Amino acid sequence: MLNTSVISARSLDLTFQTNDGPVQALSDVTLDIRKGEFISFIGPSGCGKTTFLRVIAALEQPTGGQVTVNGMTPDEARRARAYGYVFQAAGLYPWRTIEKNIKLPLEIMGFSAAEQEKRVRNVLQLVDLQGFGKKYPWQLSGGMQQRASIARALAFDADILLMDEPFGALDEIVRDRLNEELLRLWARTEKTIGFVTHSIPEAVYLSTKIVVMSPRPGRITDIIESDLPRERPLEIRDTPEFLALAHRVREGLKAGHAYDE
Amino acid sequence: MLSEAGVASHPPCAFCMAMRRITGAVLPVLVVVGVIVAIWYLGAIQMNRAWTLDTAQRQGVELTAAEIRADAMAQERPVLPAPHQVVREIWATTVGEPLLIERRNALSPNPRNLLFHAYQTLAPTLLGFVIGTLAGMALAIAIIHNRAMDMSVMPWAIASQTIPILAIAPIVIVVLNAMGLTGLVPKSLISAYLSFFPVVVGMVKGLRSPRDMDMDLLRTYSASRPQVLWKLRLPASVPFLFTSLKVAVAAALVGTIVAELPTGARFGLGARLLSGSYYGQTIQIWSALFMAAICAGLLVGLLGLIERITLRRMGLAA
Repeated sequence: MLNTSVISARSLDLTFQTNDGPVQALSDVTLDIRKGEFISFIGPSGCGKTTFLRVIAALEQPTGGQVTVNGMTPDEARRARAYGYVFQAAGLYPWRTIEKNIKLPLEIMGFSAAEQEKRVRNVLQLVDLQGFGKKYPWQLSGGMQQRASIARALAFDADILLMDEPFGALDEIVRDRLNEELLRLWARTEKTIGFVTHSIPEAVYLSTKIVVMSPRPGRITDIIESDLPRERPLEIRDTPEFLALAHRVREGLKAGHAYDE
Repeated sequence: MLSEAGVASHPPCAFCMAMRRITGAVLPVLVVVGVIVAIWYLGAIQMNRAWTLDTAQRQGVELTAAEIRADAMAQERPVLPAPHQVVREIWATTVGEPLLIERRNALSPNPRNLLFHAYQTLAPTLLGFVIGTLAGMALAIAIIHNRAMDMSVMPWAIASQTIPILAIAPIVIVVLNAMGLTGLVPKSLISAYLSFFPVVVGMVKGLRSPRDMDMDLLRTYSASRPQVLWKLRLPASVPFLFTSLKVAVAAALVGTIVAELPTGARFGLGARLLSGSYYGQTIQIWSALFMAAICAGLLVGLLGLIERITLRRMGLAA
C-alpha cells in the first residue's frame, strides 16, 4: 500500500499518574488515518478518545509507542501548522470580536495584516458568518460561537482538523444543522478531520471511518469503514444502510462495556 | 403630579427609566445618611454636655435643657464636633480662604487653605499609586512565570504588609533623607509600599484566570510565553486588576497620610491631623479626616469610571 496515511499511531500507550494510582488512558492503540478521511472516535467517558486526539495534537505525551503526523512527531507537526484544533466549548476570547478571535492564530503565526483580512473574510464565508465579524462572542448564539471557533481553526489553512466534541453542548436542532454544514465544509476544503463524539448518529452521519473505543484501559474495539455515499442529506439517517452502521457501532460499544461487568 | 401624568401618557422612555432608577437609589441613600447624621448629633450633644455643665457650674449659672443643647453643639474645642461645625470649617478653609497669598512679594500657596493640604497629600498618593501599581504588576508577571519567584516573593510580600506602616515610615523617611531624598518621593514610596500588595495579589489571580482550554488553544498555535502573556493572560486579568486598583488607591492615600504623621511634615492632610491633635483642634481634625475621605471617594470613583469605560471598550461589559 502507498504511504498515504497522514496520521499513524503504532501500539500507543499513555498512563496518567494520579493521586489514586496510575490510570491507563490509552493501551496499544494502532491506527492509520489517510488523507481526506473523516474519522470519528466514539466511546463512553474515559475511553481515551479525547486523550488520543490530544496526543496527536502534542497536548499530551504518550508513555509508549509511536505516533507520526505527516511523517513528523506531533511536536514538529504542530510547529509546521499541520492541524487546527476545535475544543468542546467555543473558547472564544470575550474581549476580542469574532474577527479578532479568528485573527488570533494569524497574529501569533505572523501573517501580514492584509493576509489576515483576506483569510478572515474567507473563513467567515466558509462557516456562513459573514457580517458577524465585528460582533463580540456574547452577542452570538452558542451554535454561531462554535462556527466561529471552527473558522478560527481553519484560518491558517492546516490540512488536518481535530475536533473534540465540538457540538456536545448544543441542542439537537442546531447540532443537525452544524453537522450538515461541517460535511459541506469538509467536501469543499478536502481536509482530514478527526472528530470525537459520544453520539452514534453524529458519528455515522459524518464519518468515512468510525473508531469505536472502550474504557479501562482506553483501547480500540472496532474500526468501521462506512460505505455511505459522500453526499449525505440528513434524510440518509432513515435508510437501512445508515441504521445497519449505527447498529454495528452500538454492538461495538456494548462489547467494550462487557469487560466491566 | 406632572411626572405621573407623564408616565401615564407615553410608554416608559429611557429618560423616565433613568430618572426612576436615580430616585430609586437616592431615597434609600438619603435615609441612611440622615440616620447617621442624627446619631452623630445625639453623640455630639451627649459627649460635649459635660464640658458645658462644668463651665456653667463654675460660673454659677443655671442652664435650661435647650441652652445645654445649643452650647454642646457650638463649642470651640468639642470632644466630638457637630456635623454643621465640620461642614462650616471645611467651607471656611476651602472656599473661604484664598488659594494663593502674597508672601515676600511673591504669590505662594496659602497654607490655611485645606485644598492646598489635600493637594500636598494627593500628589504623592498618585505618584505612589503609580509606582505601586507598576511594581505590583511586574512582580505578578514574574511570579506566574517563575516558580522560584512564586515561592520566594509571595511570602515576603505578605510579610511586608504585616509590619505596621507607622513603625516603618519614620525609618524610611530618615534613610531616604540621608540619601538626599526629601519631599514628594519619600511620601510616595510609603504609599507605594501599601498599594503594591493588593495589585500583586489581584494580578496573580487574574493572570492565572485563563482556563486550561484557553491555554491549550495557544499551545496548538505554538505561541511563545510573551505571546501567551500579551494575548491571553493580560487581557484576562483586567477585571481583576481594576478591583485591586480600587483597594490600592485607598491604601495609597492612607500610606501618604501616615507618612506625614511621624515625620514632622508641615503640609498635607496628615500634618493637619497632627497639628490639630497637638492643639486640641478637634474641628480641624475632623475636617481633615473628611477631606481625606472625600479624596479617597473621588479616587475610587474615578477608577470605577475608568473601569467601566475600559471594560466596555474591551467588550467585557454587556
